[in-house]
Amino acid sequence: MIEIKNLHKSYKMGKNSLHVLKGINFSVEEGELVAIMGSSGSGKSTLLNILGMLDELDEGSYTLDGVPIKNLNETKAAQYRNKFLGFIFQSFNLINYKSALENVALPLYYQKVGRKERQEKALKYLEQVGLKQWATHLPSELSGGQKQRVAIARAMAAEPKVLLADEPTGALDSTTSYEVMDLIQKINDQGNTILVVTHEEDIAHMCKRIVHLKDGVIVEDKKVEQVRASQYV
Amino acid sequence: MKQLFDGDTWREIFQSIKKNRLRTFLTMLGVFIGIYIYIGLSGASKGLDNGFEKEFETVARNSMFIWAQSTSKPYAGFKTGRQIQLKLEDAEVLRRQIPEIVALAPRNVRGVFGSSPGVISRGLRTGNYSVFGDFPEFTKIATKKIYDGGRFINDEDIEKERKVCVIGERTQKELFETDEDPIGKFIEIEEVNFQVVGVHKFAGGGPFDNDSDIFIPFTTYKKLYNTGNNVAWFTVAAADNADVVKVEADIKATLRRIHKVDPTDEKAIGSFNLGEVFKKIFGFSNGLTFLSLIVGIATILAGVIGIGNILLISVKERTKELGVRRALGATPNNVRNQILIESLFLTLLAGIIGIIMGALTLKLIDMLTQNVEMPYTNPTVPVPYVIGSLLLMVVLGVLIGLIPAQRAVSIKPIDALREE
Repeated sequence: MIEIKNLHKSYKMGKNSLHVLKGINFSVEEGELVAIMGSSGSGKSTLLNILGMLDELDEGSYTLDGVPIKNLNETKAAQYRNKFLGFIFQSFNLINYKSALENVALPLYYQKVGRKERQEKALKYLEQVGLKQWATHLPSELSGGQKQRVAIARAMAAEPKVLLADEPTGALDSTTSYEVMDLIQKINDQGNTILVVTHEEDIAHMCKRIVHLKDGVIVEDKKVEQVRASQYV
Repeated sequence: MKQLFDGDTWREIFQSIKKNRLRTFLTMLGVFIGIYIYIGLSGASKGLDNGFEKEFETVARNSMFIWAQSTSKPYAGFKTGRQIQLKLEDAEVLRRQIPEIVALAPRNVRGVFGSSPGVISRGLRTGNYSVFGDFPEFTKIATKKIYDGGRFINDEDIEKERKVCVIGERTQKELFETDEDPIGKFIEIEEVNFQVVGVHKFAGGGPFDNDSDIFIPFTTYKKLYNTGNNVAWFTVAAADNADVVKVEADIKATLRRIHKVDPTDEKAIGSFNLGEVFKKIFGFSNGLTFLSLIVGIATILAGVIGIGNILLISVKERTKELGVRRALGATPNNVRNQILIESLFLTLLAGIIGIIMGALTLKLIDMLTQNVEMPYTNPTVPVPYVIGSLLLMVVLGVLIGLIPAQRAVSIKPIDALREE
């Protein structure tokens, strides 16, 4: 599903150049649930941004579902993001003046799906994350866990190839974190490919594979025995 | 373009507008005030224009009055201070020599300029009224509205020196019974019987007009008061496209030549140029229209710039939201068009409200001034001006919207997402 070869990325800060990713080789199969771990500054967020086509790579290649991702203009990148990827952010990033339902329907709006179909689909995904009765509420009326579940429903709505979650539990207490992870595991059980960036060990062990990043290189890539989050809920 | 007619686009825009009502309101205020001032001012100046036009509709636009005074310079053997007397023959010379003259009416009068008025009587009723000696041509310069059944003096009256007269509304009231038809009846002017042929409706405008004026044929006047070929003054109408100031100067130069007056003697021949006064009045209202255009456009411009500014702030505030939208698949075009349409919509909405409020205000002023003595009638703004100002707003709204739209697009989604 994801194929990365010899990926380099550096940022220019004035005269200095900061080499963040120093030759990453990495691939993800369909249906995997991968945790990307590392301390801050290890390059894990940069890797995720490149995977999410929010940032461009300097060197190397990136293939997503057989499509080479390179030299994309903004319009093309937007279309690929919409088609291939679902984003889950640490700070949820819901649009605060739109109801839960409208937030979930937003990626479908950019896919030019008709209004009625959009709402039906959005409601279906809200139901999946257990928030059907909250459909008309604004984000400000939801708890942190509920917001993240709405965000997950939104990421799912466009039926992407890969879900990218950037510290999805970073802003949540541990009980809520496990609820969210339980949801992510269930989505993965349905066959969806998910990448989770985290620096929490327990969250990482709820995935099926852990990739350790340190100073811009992969130092460890191992399959793990998945801990089911449902046992903590 | 497709985005413009998409219900979803508008839903998005309404949502983001509704999100901040106060800001939206303040944004629109600038453009609203601009168009309101423009419509209000130009409508008012149009009303003033119409008002003046109505006030002076009975008088030819480029008419003037020429009379003689005494010389202030010695010339050709004559002493200074010689009283000049205009003659009927002068009219012929003027008509011949100055082609711009379309109508010229020599006039005589008793009862104004200090002369004693005519003594008029009918039966036991008597009164003093101004009596004018006139040619029919006079009506080409100052329209006299004559009540039904009557007429003004005609050429035959002049030729046959008929003893006929046109009387004023007040004269009729004072000399006749209320239910009496004066046409065909006789009144005495200086103890001579005159048949009434018409009653004129009083309409202000001319300088010495009165609702009791009596008009008799010039030739009859001449005999009645023994004035020979003397003329008190000429009333002249110049061609519509003629330069009234030049015509006035030409007439005066010709008269100076006929009466052997020093060509540089400005005092010998007096004149009042109504055309020039009109020019000034209409110049004033034209100036007002122009001013309202300038003020209106400047205010609209300031308002539109205000919209641009506030949208710029709004884009800055929404950086993160726009980043999220980009991450979810909004293309740069989606984002740009949304902000452009938002700018256009706000500008147009404010403009249309301004036009409606401006029109209502004009209507209100019109109603309030209905019974007030004021040259102000039917204040309207020409439709092309309204459409023009709307078009201007559309163009400005789009142009000014381009700045925040471009700003919104130039933010990379990743930077937008990092913004807290």
